[in-house]
Parts: sequence; structure tokens; C-alpha cells
Amino acid sequence: MERPVRDFLAPMSVRRVMGIETEYGISVPGQPGANPMVLSGDVVTTYAASRGIRPAQASWDYADEAPLRDARGFDMGRGAAHPSQLTDVEDPTMANVVLTNGARLYVDHAHPEYSSPEVTTPRDAVVWDKAGELVMREAVRRLATVPPGVNLYKNNTDGKGQSYGTHENYLMSRRTPFARIISQLTPFFVVRQVMCGSGRVGIGVDSRTPGYQLTQRSDFFETEVGLETTLKRPIINTRDEPHAVADLYRRLHVILGDANHCDVANLLKMGSTSLVLAMIEDDAFTTDLSVRSPVRTLQAVSHDPTLKSTIELMDGRSIRPVELLRTFHELASAFVERKWGNDVDEPTVEVLGWWDTVLTALEGDPMDARRWVDWVAKLSVLEGYRSRDSLGWGDPRLKAVDIQWSDVRADRGLAHRLAATGRLEVLVHEEEAARAMDEAPEDTRAWFRGACLRRFPDAVVAASWDSVVVEVPGERALQRIPIMEPLRGTKDAVGDLIDGAPDIRSLLESLAAADRGSD
Amino acid sequence: MAGQEQIKPGRRDDGPDDTPEPAAAPAAQTADTDIDDILDEIDGVLETNAEEFVRGFVQKGGQ
Repeated sequence: MERPVRDFLAPMSVRRVMGIETEYGISVPGQPGANPMVLSGDVVTTYAASRGIRPAQASWDYADEAPLRDARGFDMGRGAAHPSQLTDVEDPTMANVVLTNGARLYVDHAHPEYSSPEVTTPRDAVVWDKAGELVMREAVRRLATVPPGVNLYKNNTDGKGQSYGTHENYLMSRRTPFARIISQLTPFFVVRQVMCGSGRVGIGVDSRTPGYQLTQRSDFFETEVGLETTLKRPIINTRDEPHAVADLYRRLHVILGDANHCDVANLLKMGSTSLVLAMIEDDAFTTDLSVRSPVRTLQAVSHDPTLKSTIELMDGRSIRPVELLRTFHELASAFVERKWGNDVDEPTVEVLGWWDTVLTALEGDPMDARRWVDWVAKLSVLEGYRSRDSLGWGDPRLKAVDIQWSDVRADRGLAHRLAATGRLEVLVHEEEAARAMDEAPEDTRAWFRGACLRRFPDAVVAASWDSVVVEVPGERALQRIPIMEPLRGTKDAVGDLIDGAPDIRSLLESLAAADRGSD
Repeated sequence: MAGQEQIKPGRRDDGPDDTPEPAAAPAAQTADTDIDDILDEIDGVLETNAEEFVRGFVQKGGQ
């Protein structure tokens, strides 16, 4: 009855269903006491209104009694949701909408969060992550018409003891034992930050020790494995909400990464992780690369921008973090060659190529990676200030550079200034990211979700990762369309059905007919 | 293959063999000029009261 997509269950490359969710830092110039929940609500509702999305429309479907039974991803079961069950969005701090690009935009705790639509390649993850930043930039632009406006920052700490996340999601096969994921992914995560960290002025959660480190997040991690995301943060998060057929899939929720501005680092973060996961799924690791004291080592690695200090492996070896990353790269390259020979897919070639290029730079003079890796780019600017103006690491100007680095505005954000002057390698140009603010990825169920909103905006009353809830004129009960298979609902599969349907009732009928036809 | 076609800044492997040690100086000077240009550009947009800006950037915790 279930028809899993075979390609997905054994990807053996960087390809898999993935996405990035980012909580943005938020502040009002000159008003540090402004209520961040109300402000975040303003961000969401302002952007939603600019796209013609009414707050009470296209809200999030919280129904969690999702039926797991679904043959093609479309089950015509009626009335699973009732209007009274749907979240009322009158309260701005509960603002929560779905965009036509398939993303979710909402208030999470005290931050506006953009959760990207599901994509299948690391490069597309970068595209729709950058689209999210443009969404935030558009909200800032509109809110600026009422001074003093609201500023948003794509970073992960205020430097005073608080952190907020940029989480990655990777769909994995349920068959893979979680214990294996923990033991083989942890050493990779301890050193991955060397390629992907965004850099931070200050050591310790509240920056009490002056200095510079590779990451925004590493100091906030206290344990190796756990369910929490806001307290006692773990290197491996055990949250298990697959938002998909639970018997087949696990969604690995990764919480230790930083928000990236460098496309190359962002691509490598998603691509190298996906490849390591493919090796774990295939049980391809033949040597134990476990690191001693992972949490302490995670922080020690983050605190050493020279990259010269060694870390200890459980087998007794002492090696530099870049050497361990090189080992992972060699194993991944061999794995891909063993599986694919000369017929490697382009996204995997791209990731392995950049991985090698960036590691080669980091193995020599790390500053050679300044075009590709956020922490290096930021450090080169900070060292420039330190040298020119003789500043110590505790100087507020360096902290200001660190914060303003991530300002989402093109004219104020320092990373954007560097990129605009050709000093950062740009893999995804702004026009492509701007299109992705409205257009969904074509090769996942995000396309179906986005297309329903685009074609039938008045009919869609709610949506979620695994459902679209619609109201059919003349029907008392709402219709809940489950989309439990992330690789179904693609443009190829349902594009003609949606574009050919004159109204929502016709769409439901043709989906039902297609479902019957496939049995 | 994009990753393999990139220029690696700072690498001088293709320089002439007979060049004496100080040949590295032009690269260093270019880098210095470039960082000066970057700092000039950032000076133009950086918050003027850095101390107040940093003090005012207070966030509630998230995930």
C-alpha cells in the first residue's frame, strides 16, 4: 500500500529532503525594552499583508491526529479539521502563515522565524534560506515607514547570554538505528564548525572573556544527546516529529549550526552533513572516529581560530580539527566513487569540490578561506580594525561589527556589503533568491502546498508540513488533504491537475480520481 | 565542478621560480589596500555610537 520513493530511501549522495529554519534577532533602534513578541508578530503580519495573505487565512494547521495511511500523499478523508480547531490569529504574537513558496513564517518564542520549504539539494537549501532573509528584509523595509522601525539580524546570539537557533532538518530512513547516528555524527559535528561557523566576538555564553571564536552557538551546548532545544542544548537533538510517514522516515533535527551569510559555508553545512548521513545510513564507516569529551571539545575547537590545537580521539590519536574534516572528506569521496563511479550527480560533485577547496585553504593559512567561510570573512574585517585602530577584543566597535554583520538590510548589513563588492563568493544571486520568495521548490510536496495557496488563496484556511486544509463553498466541513510523502506533490506529479482545476472543488475531485486510478 | 575551478586567494604557487623572497610583498600590499577599502566602506555604515548600539542589542532566548 505504501509506495516509498526508492531514491530517497537510499540516496547515497548529498540529495535528500532537507530544509533550514531560522529565528532572527529583532530590535528597535533606541528601544531595547520593546516587546519582542509583539514586534515579531508585526514582522509576520506586515509581510503577510504585503503578499495579500490575510492573517486569518492560510494559517498553520496544528491538527496532530494526522492519519498515517495515505497511498499517494492525497487522502480524501473528510472533516478531520473543523473551523473551531483552527488557530485564531487575532493575537499578533500568534501570527503564523504559510507562503506561496511553501515556507512557514511565524513567531517562535520572541523571534520571527522563517522555516524554508522542503528542498532536495544543498544548493536549493541555500536558495530558499536566502529567500527567507529577503522576506525579513522586505518586512523591515515596510516597517521602516513608521520610525524608528524594526531591525532584524540573521545571527544566533546577543552576546549577553541568549541564543536563538538556525536549525537544519534532514529526512532520513527510519531503518537507521539512532544509536549509530549519535555515535558517528557527533565527531563530525564537533569539527564541522571549522567550515561553517559564522564567527563571534566574545568567549562564553555571556562573552565574559574577550576574544574571537568560530561560532555563534557552540558555547550554548551543554550535553551530547537530548530532546531540549532551549535549555541544556544537546549536540544531537532527539526530537522525532517526522512530519511524514513515521514508519518510513525520521526527521533529523540539527540545532547546533550557525546562520550563514557565505553561500559556500551554507552549502557545505547542508551538503557535507547530508553526505555523512548517507554514509551512516549505508553503514559505511568502518573506523571509529569518536572524539573524547565532545561538548568540551566542541567549545575548544570553536575557541581556536588558529586551527592549530589538536583534539583527542577515543582511539588515542591527537589530530587537528581540519585533519579530521579531511578524513571525513576522503571517506565521503571514496563512498561516492564506490557507489556511483564516474556517474556522480552534479550537486554531490559541487559539494565535494567546495569541501576540498575550503579544507585546502584552512589547512594552510585559514585567512585564505575569507571568501567562503563566515568566521574567516568576519575575522579578516575585525583584524583590520584591530590593526588600524589598535582595538582590544573588548572594544564595543568590534562587538558592533559582529552584530551589524548580520543586519538583513542590503545597505547596513556588513556581510551584504562585502558580498556586493565581490569579496564573498556568491553561489545564489539575489534575483534567484527573490524569485524563491514566492515560488516553491518544484521537486517536493512544498510545490503542492505553495500551488494551493497561489491558485486558491481564498479556499486554503490552513496548511502545515503534512497537510493542506481547504474550505469548499457549500460544504459544512473543511477538507484536510494529507501530504505525508515529502517527495510527492511535485510539479511533475500534480502541476497539470492544479493548473487545470478551475476551482477547489474540481481540484479535490481530480485528486480523488487520480488516487483511485492509482490503486 | 565549481569548487575545483575557484581561484585560491593568497596562493602563489604559479609565481616564477627565480623570484627572491620579497616577491610576496605585492600580494601583502594588495591585501592591505583591500582591507583598508573594506574598513573605509564599513566606517561609512557602522553604527556611530557602537557602545549604545551593542548595549541595546538585547534578545530573549530562543531555540
